[in-house]
Amino acid sequence: MAQSRRQLRAGLGFTALWVVGLGVFTAYPVLASVYYSFCDYSVLTSPLWIGTENYQRLWQDDLFWRALRNTLYFAVFSVPLGAIASLSLALLLNQEVRGRPVFRALFYLPSIVPAVASSMLWLWIFNGQYGLLNFVLTPILSLIGLQPPIWLADPNWAKPALVMMSLWGVGNSMIIYLAGLQDVPKELYESADIDGAGPWRKFWHITLPCISPVIYFNVLMGTIGALQVFTQAFIMSGGTDDGSPARSTLFYALYLFGQAFYQLRMGYASAMAWILFVMIVTLTWLATKLSAKHVHYNR
Amino acid sequence: MPRPATTRFVVYGLLFTLGTLFATPFVWLVLTALKPVEQTTKFPPVFIPRAYHAELDGRSVEVTKDYILTQDAVIVEAAGMRHVVSLAHFDDAASTARLSPDAPPLHARLLKRVQAGDWRVTERAEGFGRAGSLAWDIVPESAIDAHVKPRWENFALAIATIGGRSVEEVQGTVSTVHSHGADSDVTFWDFLTNTLLVCVLGTVGAVLSNALIAYGFARLKWPGRDILFAITLGTMMVPFPVLMVPLYGVFKELGWIGTLLPLWVPAWFGSAFNIFLMRQFFRTIPEDLSEAARIDGCSEWQIFWKVILPLSKPVLAVVALFHFLHAWNDFMGPLLYLTKRSTFTLAVALQNYQTQNGGTPWHFLMAASTIVIVPVILLFFFTQKTFIRGIATTGMKG
Repeated sequence: MAQSRRQLRAGLGFTALWVVGLGVFTAYPVLASVYYSFCDYSVLTSPLWIGTENYQRLWQDDLFWRALRNTLYFAVFSVPLGAIASLSLALLLNQEVRGRPVFRALFYLPSIVPAVASSMLWLWIFNGQYGLLNFVLTPILSLIGLQPPIWLADPNWAKPALVMMSLWGVGNSMIIYLAGLQDVPKELYESADIDGAGPWRKFWHITLPCISPVIYFNVLMGTIGALQVFTQAFIMSGGTDDGSPARSTLFYALYLFGQAFYQLRMGYASAMAWILFVMIVTLTWLATKLSAKHVHYNR
Repeated sequence: MPRPATTRFVVYGLLFTLGTLFATPFVWLVLTALKPVEQTTKFPPVFIPRAYHAELDGRSVEVTKDYILTQDAVIVEAAGMRHVVSLAHFDDAASTARLSPDAPPLHARLLKRVQAGDWRVTERAEGFGRAGSLAWDIVPESAIDAHVKPRWENFALAIATIGGRSVEEVQGTVSTVHSHGADSDVTFWDFLTNTLLVCVLGTVGAVLSNALIAYGFARLKWPGRDILFAITLGTMMVPFPVLMVPLYGVFKELGWIGTLLPLWVPAWFGSAFNIFLMRQFFRTIPEDLSEAARIDGCSEWQIFWKVILPLSKPVLAVVALFHFLHAWNDFMGPLLYLTKRSTFTLAVALQNYQTQNGGTPWHFLMAASTIVIVPVILLFFFTQKTFIRGIATTGMKG
C-alpha cells in the first residue's frame, strides 16, 4: 500500500503539469462548451439557460446550411483529389530517380508555408485581371472560344480555386505515403516479378493493400482538417467572416468564428462546434468500421 | 533491375513538370516582390522586374512606361499646360488645337511631333505623394534605356510600412499623419519579437513539459496511469472550435486577452499528441538502463534527466521543430487573443497589412509574405532530416 502510494506520488509528480493542463485547457472547455451550447451567452454577460433553442435555430438557419454545404463541397473535392495527388507524387519519388531530395523538398515546402502568406500569394495568382493563372489560361482557353473565370471574385469558381490551392499543400501527406511505400516488403515485388505481374497489377495487388493503413490515416486526417478549414477563406474574404463572394466561401469554421467573436453569439457557436464534433466522431467511427474490412494491418 | 528508357523518360518528364508547377508560385511571389508597383499590374505580365530610363527636360531620370501611342500626334502648350493632341485636332497653320473633339480651338504652341508607336513616359516616384508634379514626355522606344533591376528596396519599404505607416510617410513626401492612435510607434521589429517570443517560449515549454509528462506515462507504473493515458488519447479527437469559445473565457478570466500569454503558456502544460509521441520513443529505451541507475541510487528525476533525456534527442528535436513551426504559422490563435497592434505576431500583422491604409499594393504584400515565408524555408533546409523523419514516424505535422 505504501509502495503504491509512493508510485502514485511519483507518477502524478511527473504528469502534474498535464493533469492541470488537461483540466484547464481541455476538460473544462469541453464541458463548458456543452453547457454553453444550451445557453444564450455573449461573454459579456453570464450564460442563460435556453434549452435546445440554439440547435433549433441552427436547423432553420439558412447560413448554417450554406456553410455546411460549402464545407462539404470543399471536402468532397479537396480530400480525394489531394489523396490522389499526394499518392501520385509519392509513387513518382519512390522510383529510383536522381535528385530525389530536391524534388521531395520542392513538393513538401508548400505544405509548411504559413497559411496567411500562402493565401495572400494565391489571392494574387488567382487575381482575375493581373493574375498569373489567367495569363496562362487566357491563350489556351481562347483556342476553344472561352475565357477564364475571375476565380475568387466569382461565386461559382471561388471554391474550386480554394481546392486548387489546397492541392499545392499536399506535400505533408506525400511524405507519409512515401514512408509507407518504402515499408512495402521488396520480396513481394520480387515474387510478383517471377509470376510475371505487370506494374499495374503489382500496384493494385501489392502496393495498395500494403499502404492501406496509411491511406486510411491520411484520408481521415485530411477530412477532419477540411471540415475545419478557416484561414484561407478568412484571408480571401478580405479578413472578414462574410465568405465573399456571395457567401460562396462561407465555411463552417468561418461562420462559427464569426458567430462567436463578431456577433458574440457564443452559445450558438458552441452548438455549431458540437455538431462539428459529432460529425468528426461519426466519420472516424465509420472510417474505422470501413477500414476493418479494407485496411490490411498485418504485414 | 534496369528500367526501359521510355519509363525513365516519363518519370523524369513528370517530375520536372510537377516540380515546375510546385515552384512557380514561389517564383511568382519573389518576382512580384521585386517589381515596381506599376509592373505588377501589367497584362500580359512583366516577368522580370525592369527599370527604364529616359531623358526628360534635359535630365536622365527613371521613368514608367504608361502607354503606347496608337496614332501620330503632337505635344502642344495650350492654356498654360502641356497636352497631347492627335493630328486631326491640331491646326498647324493657325496654331490652334482642340483638347477634346467638341471643345473650341485654343491657341496652342507646338512643342514636339510624336509618332504612333512612341511611348508616353512619366518620371517615376514611389507612392502617390508627388503625382501632380511629375515630369512626362512622349519618346520613341529607342530613347528608353531598359535594364533588369530587382527592387530590393521593396523589402525595406514593406518592413517600414507593415507597422502602419504609409509609403509617403516613410519617404517623407508627406508629413506624418497622427491618425494611428496610441499604437503608432509599432514596427515590424515588434511583430518579429512577439513572434519569436511565442515560438521560443512555447517550444522550450513544449519540449520540457511533454518529456516530463511522457516519462510519467512511459517509464513509471502507478495506479490510474492507463486510464489517464486513455483520456489523453481521447482528447486528440476534440476539434479546436469546441475549445475555442470556453478557452477565450478562461483566458479572459485570467486577464490574458490582449497579451501573448495564451499563445505560449498552454504549451508548458503538455499536449496529447506530443505526449503520445514521446511516450512511444521512451518505451523503446531498454528498462535495464533505468534499473542500473536505480541501483546506483539515482532518483526518478535523475534517471529522467541524466539517462532518458540524453538518449531522446531525436524525438525532442521533432517536437521542438514542429512546435516552433506551428507557433510561427499559427493564425487563428493570435487572431483570437491579440487585440492590440503592439502584441501582433507576424501572421496577424501580415493579414492586417492587406487592408491597411486602404489596401496595400501587391508588390509590398508579396515582399511581406516573402519575409514571413523565408524563415520557414531556411528552417526546413537546416533541419531537413528531422523534418522528414518526424512526419514519417508520426504521420502528423505541427
